[in-house]
Amino acid sequence: MTHLPGPIFNAPGRATADRGLPTPAYDTPRPGPQKEKRLSARPTFFQRLIVPGLLRTWWSGVRHIWQKKLTVQWPEQVREVSDNYRGVHRLNKDDRGRMKCVACFLCQTACPANCIRIEAGPSPWPDRPKYAVRFTIDELRCVFCGMCEEACPEDAIELTRIYSLVGTRRDEMLFDKEQLLTMYDLTRDEKHPLRW
Amino acid sequence: MMIAINLVKVLIVFAFVQAMAGLTLWAERRLSALMQDRWGPNRLGPFGLLQPLADSVKLLLKEDITPQGVDRLLYYLAPAMSLAPALMTVAVVPFGEPVTLFGQYVVPLQVADIHLGILFILAVGSLEIYGIVFGAWASNNKYSLLGGVRSVAQMLSYELFMGGSLVGVVMLTGSLRLNDIVASQQHLLWGWLPAWNLFRQPLGFVVFLVAAFAETNRLPFDLPESEQELVGGYHTEYSSMKFVMFFIAEYAAVFTMSALLATVFLGGYGLPGLSVAECGPVWWLPVAQAAVFLTKTLLFVLLFITVRWSLSRLRYDQLMRLGWKVMLPLALLNIVVTGTLMFLWRTTG
Repeated sequence: MTHLPGPIFNAPGRATADRGLPTPAYDTPRPGPQKEKRLSARPTFFQRLIVPGLLRTWWSGVRHIWQKKLTVQWPEQVREVSDNYRGVHRLNKDDRGRMKCVACFLCQTACPANCIRIEAGPSPWPDRPKYAVRFTIDELRCVFCGMCEEACPEDAIELTRIYSLVGTRRDEMLFDKEQLLTMYDLTRDEKHPLRW
Repeated sequence: MMIAINLVKVLIVFAFVQAMAGLTLWAERRLSALMQDRWGPNRLGPFGLLQPLADSVKLLLKEDITPQGVDRLLYYLAPAMSLAPALMTVAVVPFGEPVTLFGQYVVPLQVADIHLGILFILAVGSLEIYGIVFGAWASNNKYSLLGGVRSVAQMLSYELFMGGSLVGVVMLTGSLRLNDIVASQQHLLWGWLPAWNLFRQPLGFVVFLVAAFAETNRLPFDLPESEQELVGGYHTEYSSMKFVMFFIAEYAAVFTMSALLATVFLGGYGLPGLSVAECGPVWWLPVAQAAVFLTKTLLFVLLFITVRWSLSRLRYDQLMRLGWKVMLPLALLNIVVTGTLMFLWRTTG
């Protein structure tokens, strides 16, 4: 497998539930709004005492201490993203293990961030005239809009659900063809609502 | 030998207060996070306990900036002036009954046993304002100055009834010495209620608590700092180590004030049945008393922190109205009521 710049914490099979950690609270339903109390212009005697109100205010903060926390404890706990999340790109392979790309440059043309760079060459295979000799995506430039995915006539480029992408240098984040094909191997069995 | 013992005592107490300031800072960060449904710093050391250390290292490595046009002398002096009183106040707070070391040295478990302990605390506590005012003035910054001005006005109004609220306690005890005040709270009322001043002086306690929040510039009354309006208030222009000193001063003041509250209103180091008179001079008694004292103090520290993260800041005019029109009359009322009751008690037997 080709070297990737950093560890991928949310690669498939490393989800939160798989490691027995509690689900973060963000996707549990929040209690609905309390019944609204009518505020009168003149404070009642009870309100004028202030101290009971102060105690209630204080308690409203204090009781949060033992309530469920919203923090996702990265990296031990990984936030689950939706099925059609747009993360790092991958270059798909066909059933013979060859990359599907035919170097038509449609994704490069469609890209609003100009982050795709393709170098085409004569294809070694008889089913297409060209293929991509080099295929580089600058993951730092990319805005993850998914236009390349939509432009591709061959379903060769797709976005995965992997969002944890780290590197220590800018040139590490230039993903070449091998790395993008590795992304395909990593996410081959992922379910996606919009694909196949 | 006594001098050596005293020096060791001073070192231990001051180091302890500094450590507690760090712990308070950690507790504040964790508790504020918990109250906001977060976890807070929980990575460095167990439960993130080493976080204050990392914070101070970070702040030490920051550039120490002296802005243009500052009054150098006061600018450098101010952080120390705000830290010193916070550490000094703790000197008179007793944390245990006297112990006898090596069979001949009777060591009181407090740094200095002053006969005018409460007066000393009020006097030194109000010195803390000088650090804030000098820092604010010397910074040559409008926001700082506003913070300093507010701080003075607040301190002037709140010092008044802070002293007033303690008069009731002093009347009951008949002494300004903190040891006497603690000793006077060790019996039981009606056989079940500890005779803490919290129960004997409820009004005085509430008034003093409010004054304590104002005195330490903590949140319902943190107008000198009010970061939403005044950038950083009096320490806007301070950075690096000088800022750390203001920072430690704030938390040391919180701890000291909590210790004072525990001593004056919660029976200090004593629990009913935990004294030399009842247990005899056993070795674990000072430890137990110090632990009781620390527990009571930490309760107040927790109160300080949780109040900061749940109540909102008073407006300036509200602050003044509360001080002069509510708290001062309440403090005076407390004196009158206490005096009347004591008079009736004495005359009717």
